Amino acid sequence: MNRPSPHRPPLRRRLVPRGLRTRLVVAFLLVSALSVLAAAALTVRQARGATLDRARDRAVHDLRGQLDSLAPDLPARPAERDLRALALQLDRSGGSRAWHTSAAYRDGPLVSATGRAAPLPAGLREAGAPARHAVAQRFHHGGDPWLAVAVPVMVADQPSRRSGLVVYAAFSLASEEQDVSALVDAARTGALPVVLLSAVPALLAAGSVLRPVRRLRSAAENMAAGALDTRIDARGNDELADLARTFNGMAATLQADAETLRGMEARARRFAADVSHEMRTPLAAMTAVTGVLDADAASGRLDPETAEALGLVADETRRLARMVDDLMEISRFDAGAAVLHRDQIDVGELVRKTLSLRHWQERVDVDVAPGLRATVDPRRIDVVLANLVGNALRHGGPSAPVHVRARGEGDRLVLTVTDGGPGIPPDVLPHVFDRFTKGDAARTRSEGSGLGLAIAAENARLHGGTLTAANVPGGGAEFTLELPLHLPRDGT
Amino acid sequence: MTRVLLIEDDPAVRRGVTLGLRRRGHETDAVRTGEDGLAALASFAPEIVLLDLMLPGMSGLEVCRRVREVSQVPIVILSARGDDIDVVVGLEAGADDYVVKPASDELIEARMRAVLRRVAPPLTSAAGSPEASTTVGDLRIDRTGLQVFKHGEDVTLAPSELKLLLFLSASPGQTFSRQQLLEYVWEHSYYSDARLVDACVMRLRAKIEDDPRKPRYVQTVRGFGYRFGPL
Repeated sequence: MNRPSPHRPPLRRRLVPRGLRTRLVVAFLLVSALSVLAAAALTVRQARGATLDRARDRAVHDLRGQLDSLAPDLPARPAERDLRALALQLDRSGGSRAWHTSAAYRDGPLVSATGRAAPLPAGLREAGAPARHAVAQRFHHGGDPWLAVAVPVMVADQPSRRSGLVVYAAFSLASEEQDVSALVDAARTGALPVVLLSAVPALLAAGSVLRPVRRLRSAAENMAAGALDTRIDARGNDELADLARTFNGMAATLQADAETLRGMEARARRFAADVSHEMRTPLAAMTAVTGVLDADAASGRLDPETAEALGLVADETRRLARMVDDLMEISRFDAGAAVLHRDQIDVGELVRKTLSLRHWQERVDVDVAPGLRATVDPRRIDVVLANLVGNALRHGGPSAPVHVRARGEGDRLVLTVTDGGPGIPPDVLPHVFDRFTKGDAARTRSEGSGLGLAIAAENARLHGGTLTAANVPGGGAEFTLELPLHLPRDGT
Repeated sequence: MTRVLLIEDDPAVRRGVTLGLRRRGHETDAVRTGEDGLAALASFAPEIVLLDLMLPGMSGLEVCRRVREVSQVPIVILSARGDDIDVVVGLEAGADDYVVKPASDELIEARMRAVLRRVAPPLTSAAGSPEASTTVGDLRIDRTGLQVFKHGEDVTLAPSELKLLLFLSASPGQTFSRQQLLEYVWEHSYYSDARLVDACVMRLRAKIEDDPRKPRYVQTVRGFGYRFGPL
């Protein structure tokens, strides 16, 4: 068997968590992680913006303060020397904030204290020169974040008029960045325990969902096993309680339907049994005079048509009696009232008696292991055997050989009846033991009641055995009866 | 010609069986109830009784017991159902044989003949020709007079019981299967109900054994059947 078991899940499914509990917990963790991250990201962004704004504002404020005290000392048209002195003074007044300042007048060159150009982002001059207010710009210098501000100096008496002098200051934002990254670290170290902690409510929630689901499942399993009276304790008002109530409703309907069906079936079977029982009494009266009819029909004293009618009535009465007998027998099986009367018998003798009682011994080839004994109900085995051999003789044709073979195989008695006929049509084969199945639809009338093989199969089952039908390769049907040879000691 | 008393409540079956048996030359008296049947037992003096078990008033079983109290006339049960305990109970109550309805007049007559035959001439079917009279233990079996004595006292046996005892004791020590006994003693087919044999053995033991639960004369051979002796 190379085929995979049908219950094995496809590979794709195993990559996704399988249990509802796992899925719920994972979803919970994802949601909490996502919210923690979002909160942290917003906080960090907000804090960072605030920190940078404050740094900028402070720098602009400090620079303006310095300029307010230094600018009045400058000439109206400051030369490069004046600008350098200004930058030097400004650099010195930077204090803790080690800024690098530079100044430019009109389109003049940028002058710094050291002579070396202070680091400034491209474009700040273009932005700063025409501005009336301070302009700030962030940039990277030597791998560090820096902030540069450009402060235009106004004419002393006219605050709205630009003097043409613009002072630039650039300083490192490394310390602010440190604060922000400390904040990020704090958020990160705080987030993990929070996410892990959220597994606890996740597990609790999963449990409260899974418990009713598990109850539903075991109830459904009970139902599937046939316990249609299974009900679930449906408490609460949530969707799962609704589902449980729906399940209970379904179970009740199913149970009622099954009971109705069983009742109908029992009534139908009892009806069949009652009908056959009722038919027995008139049949008994009619059957008791069949001999009279036969004798008169054969006497030659009657009108030929009357004689034929009498013969017909006698024959059909006997046939009807056999059919009612079979119906009664089937009814007993259906009612579980069929009883086995086991006896230890010689199988060879049993087969020979069945054949000789019906004058079949010349037409059947018997092969039974000598001395083979079995503990069976001889009457029932006779019924089975007579049915099988009778069928074989009818369907096999007059010249075709019928073989009966019996062997003990281990603790089983295996008895086969084979005919040389055309075999059983494939469409009939599965229904050959059904009631009122006739082997050939064109055969409008057969000797049997249509119950023969059904009764034979029931008899086999009653013995704890089986009766099977098959076609042999060379043509012809083969029926195999398999029974336990003997019963355990405590059996009937 | 046999004088047959038919006790059957269904009028159609009564008419049918009477018709069939009369045509076969038997003098038949048919009654509807067990009470009438018991009365006819004295007035009609039948050679055989055909008894339906399902009777209004006194049940067939009761009739069977009452008949056995006063007579050893052969009784054949006409049973409407072949499936149940009724037949066995009827046999245990003293009936000699049974026929399941519907049965043809031919079958009824065959069964009657078989029952009657066993009380007629001494048995010759068994091997050899047994002694006219044998004594085994406390039992003396007179094959000519068809009588059985225990401690010198006459034991009244129903026809089937007597024939079974005669058959078994003709071949002491030999085991017969129940199917064989059905064929030889009751002239049934091999496949008839073996409980017929069991019921008869039980009744026979009750009459001839000292302790029917530990039989000495009619012994059970487990898995095979019955045999007479050895003591």
